[in-house]
Amino acid sequence: MQAFVDSLIQQGYFTGMPTQVVYAIAMIAAAFAVLSFFVAPLAGVTSWLERRVWARMQSRVGPNRVGPQGILQWLADGIKNLLKEDLIPAAADQLLFPLAPYIVFIGFLCTFVVIPFGSNLIVADLDIGILYLLAVTSIVVVGILMAGWSSNNKWSLLGGMRSAAQIVSYEIPAGLAVLSIIFLAGTMSTQGIIKNQGWAPWDWYLFNNPFTFIAFFLYFTAALAEGNRTPFDIPEAESELVAGYVTEYSGMRFLFFFFAEWGNLYVIGAVATILFLGGWQVPAVGDGLIEGVLQFVVFFLKAYLWVFVAMWVRATLPRVRVDQLMALCWKYMVPLSFLCVIGTAAWMVVFPHGNRWASVGMFVLGVVILLLFFGRVRYQIRHSKPELYLRPYI
Amino acid sequence: MEVGTVVFYLIALLVVASAAMVAFSHNIIYSAFSLLGTFAGVAGIYVFLGADFVAAVQLLIYVGGILVLILFAVMLTHRITDVQITNRSAGVVPGLIIVGLLFWLLYETITTTPWAKAKEIAYAATSAKIGDQFLQSYLLPFELASIVLLAALIGAVVLARKEMKG
Repeated sequence: MQAFVDSLIQQGYFTGMPTQVVYAIAMIAAAFAVLSFFVAPLAGVTSWLERRVWARMQSRVGPNRVGPQGILQWLADGIKNLLKEDLIPAAADQLLFPLAPYIVFIGFLCTFVVIPFGSNLIVADLDIGILYLLAVTSIVVVGILMAGWSSNNKWSLLGGMRSAAQIVSYEIPAGLAVLSIIFLAGTMSTQGIIKNQGWAPWDWYLFNNPFTFIAFFLYFTAALAEGNRTPFDIPEAESELVAGYVTEYSGMRFLFFFFAEWGNLYVIGAVATILFLGGWQVPAVGDGLIEGVLQFVVFFLKAYLWVFVAMWVRATLPRVRVDQLMALCWKYMVPLSFLCVIGTAAWMVVFPHGNRWASVGMFVLGVVILLLFFGRVRYQIRHSKPELYLRPYI
Repeated sequence: MEVGTVVFYLIALLVVASAAMVAFSHNIIYSAFSLLGTFAGVAGIYVFLGADFVAAVQLLIYVGGILVLILFAVMLTHRITDVQITNRSAGVVPGLIIVGLLFWLLYETITTTPWAKAKEIAYAATSAKIGDQFLQSYLLPFELASIVLLAALIGAVVLARKEMKG
């Protein structure tokens, strides 16, 4: 991004303007482009797809009226929420209540600075990339606590407190899982981590050694918990807390929270792709534009697969209790993530150049696990003899 | 005035204004939330000085850790907003005298110290250098700090756990 702006300045555009002003304009333009052409449609379509996927999995219909198969439902929802009255309860804190959704949204949107879309397509390839991502995500907690407290409602307050406790706890296993990858890559830059991997699955950090394999699942579980997703959505558990910290919100402010939640699903998938799944690495085919498009498609598909898995998990698993949630984090995931960090370090000492056979073996093991899983699903479907509708839509 | 200077003064204004809010606000919740501006502004100043790693860690530790801890403590305390915080045993006049003395001391220190001015801030990556320094020149302080933190952690667990009977 900076290189692109530099080349534009070199070519004689923007003559007579201070370079800092040009950079500032470029930053605002990049933020605008990422928000309106990528994040907003992505979060919207994800919201529609999630409802359709759940509906399929739970034998319901789901939204299918607006546009073909209901794909424009998110636009209708957006317009509806924009036109709604911006309601601020009389008992709510008049200063902090309107402010909270923006803080949550800032924390979520700032992560897109370091998420790449291709080898050249990134807003800024920061040297501290992944650490920056963890740091800006921690702002979300403050916004959620603010929303919970300022609503002046006990459900909101309980939801906000639960959410903050959950995010702060699950940051530890997530951070430690990321740390073991930083060991391997020797850099925190997102592009640097991707460049150290290859396009082939056995060159991914996921299959580098047994410890990173565990770290991937730790990261994904912890990230789901940080994103307040089922089975960890106790902050907005409908059966106990109405809607948690968003109970009092309506209209666009309500939508901002869910915008951040759906967009955050993609961030989870993208970080998993950067760290474990080889990012945008593609085999050397074509050049320039073709390669760029292919990189974008590969990265997006890998990231979106995990968005789908998150929807799948949400549609099938019940939510955990608060004590189970904390016990899972502190008694199992934190020790396991420490094991991953130490194990990765030990592996690097024993095999300074990596172990190719172990990687290929891990890859084969992964494929076998996946095949067994699908075999099991097939078996269940055959033997339970459910009424199946195998058309892709209802 | 240069653009960089303007940005610096804006960040400084954010830090000072939210710090003033922390000190002067009558509502302790507002004070706690104002710390967000202070911590984020200090991170901005670190970025301005070319310390990218320290800036990220500032956000991670202070906003993600300490601020959330303070907010928890404030929110879990029953009816904390009703408490009159002003200390009545010491009046306004002694307070003003102490504040004046402190202000004079700080002013004298700031004006008489020969401040080293960096001629050119190099906006280069710092994290690799910090890591090398930690594991080479400053290994002993680094290890000592981690032992202190570990001791604090164990102490917290000992204080917080329930007494086992028998």
